[in-house]
Amino acid sequence: MQSLILTTTTRLLVALLLVFSVYALLRGHNLPGGGFIGGLIGATAFILYAIAASVEDAARALKVDPANIAMLGVGVAGLSGLSAGLANQPFFTGQWLFLFAEDGGKGIPISSVLFFDIGVYMAVFGGILTLVFALEREI
Amino acid sequence: MSWLLVYPIIIPMMTAVASYLFRRSPAGRWISLAGTGALLLASGLLMANVLQQGVIAAQMSNWDAPFGITLVADYLSAVMVVITAITGFATVVYSLAEIPRRLEQLGFHALLQVLLVGVCGAFLTGDLFNLYVWFEVMLIASFGLLVLGGSREQLDGGIKYVTLNLISTIMFLTGIGLLYGITGTLNMADLHLAVREVENTGLLTTIAVMFMVAFGVKAAMFPLFFWLPASYHTPPVAVSAIFAGLLTKVGVYALIRAFTLIFDQDIGFTHTILLWLSVITMVTGVLGAAAMNDFRRILSFHIISQIGYMILGLALYTPLGLMGAVFYLVHHIIVKANLFFVAGVAKRIAGSTELSRIGGLYAHAPLLAFLFLIPAFSLAGFPPLSGFWAKFIVVKAALDLDMWVVAGLGLAVGLLTIFSMTKIWGAAFWPDHPDGIKPRLSDIPVGHRLALMLPIATLAAMTCVIGIFPEPFVQFAETAAGQLLNPSAYLETVLGVQP
Repeated sequence: MQSLILTTTTRLLVALLLVFSVYALLRGHNLPGGGFIGGLIGATAFILYAIAASVEDAARALKVDPANIAMLGVGVAGLSGLSAGLANQPFFTGQWLFLFAEDGGKGIPISSVLFFDIGVYMAVFGGILTLVFALEREI
Repeated sequence: MSWLLVYPIIIPMMTAVASYLFRRSPAGRWISLAGTGALLLASGLLMANVLQQGVIAAQMSNWDAPFGITLVADYLSAVMVVITAITGFATVVYSLAEIPRRLEQLGFHALLQVLLVGVCGAFLTGDLFNLYVWFEVMLIASFGLLVLGGSREQLDGGIKYVTLNLISTIMFLTGIGLLYGITGTLNMADLHLAVREVENTGLLTTIAVMFMVAFGVKAAMFPLFFWLPASYHTPPVAVSAIFAGLLTKVGVYALIRAFTLIFDQDIGFTHTILLWLSVITMVTGVLGAAAMNDFRRILSFHIISQIGYMILGLALYTPLGLMGAVFYLVHHIIVKANLFFVAGVAKRIAGSTELSRIGGLYAHAPLLAFLFLIPAFSLAGFPPLSGFWAKFIVVKAALDLDMWVVAGLGLAVGLLTIFSMTKIWGAAFWPDHPDGIKPRLSDIPVGHRLALMLPIATLAAMTCVIGIFPEPFVQFAETAAGQLLNPSAYLETVLGVQP
């Protein structure tokens, strides 16, 4: 069933949800949030679009097979753990990179933890969408 | 150094990712093959290190035990990882010929690799909650493999499998919660020390029994085994072979680990339960097998009966008993996976696994018949094959404790095993095929024939080697049992202090 109200609000909400999901992902380093909840919010955006339009439209908007996103996410998370090997430290030890750091300052700190979170985000996002798309197609 | 323990987990994980992304092209299966090859190499390196140093441990994320997650490899863990890699490699080679393109495109190889991640993780972890996580990884992957393709009977078996395993999971998690409540730690080495301080020993015994139920379901111990014969004969043969080889053994491994390292206060109670359950497991398994008429169903019931011997070794709780359990674990994985592989080839050339509908394998495929005899005799415990030594050690351990009934039942079960192997032989190999088909190996294209027969021949050769030159393997098992009964090296390596 097509609903005018739902389709119109969805346009606004999808964009908002996607931005909010990235916000939740980045905020998660020290505050409540993180990859898991970010991935769930991001998946909600596409699920909403699938309900308002159709699963096919949502899958087309996503462009990539969500199952591939999920597996890539696992790969990214694994690689972020492996990065500790470059510093000759045990698996999954957090690695820090301070971009443009001038003496004394910290510049822009980038950590392997962030990449792990991004991997989790992708895994959850892709996993949930794979399930929901498959279920919606069944019905 | 510490990375050696990580490789067996991270290699199959990365292989899973890569082979999934390439699942639609033939590259996926070669990535999977290369990945298991690398796993084999990594497990060999791990073993070499463990042989030199006894026990090695690694603290993940550089958080010291007992606060972080510890990976530990003692003799038992190391040999289990090696045997996992061997079985995994054999399965991937076998699946090159057996798994249709359709299943590969659904992500068969990725699921198989994830299964290996879970199994290796469970063998290497030194943390109880982490063990739970690996059990879940294993459960999800094995459920995927079980229902891949989605035929009606596969879903039927899959639902039973998942339901019972989820009950085990809940039990396990509840036990973990209670144990954490009374000790405040989940690191296994730390638990070994912490449970000695606990005053409420009654609660501790209760928790021990909860773990026994949880791991008992995984290990297919009486009376919790019925998910196994309901599900193992439905998926593709490569899948049931790796399930038969590895999955239940993870449960046995967890039982051995928990009931030597953590729950060793009330042996008179817990290990007596284990003793009688193991004997009943042996007997019911073999009787169930005698009643079956399908190649794979017979083999499934035999898994249960053999699990009984391993748990018996643990329940006796003597150096010889545990040594037998370790030896039995390794022997059984090789032999059982191999028998399933043989069943798969028989199905391919004779058309079925139903014993009444096949035949003529001895006349037309003598090589297959010969390669069936080796693991079948080994399973039943004929000298000079590996099964003989495995049974011999366990029964000897029972006799040393003057447990005549237990030892006698152990021997009787061996005899009944021969009976059902003879049944397979007498129905599938000896008589002519009922439909007049001539099941020849040469009907299979050369490439496929190699992929099917090489794993079978290799595993059969391993059974023979272990059987004819048991000395180093027995010594290895002896050291492994020694480490289990006296975990001071384990504690020292993990916690870094003298206990």
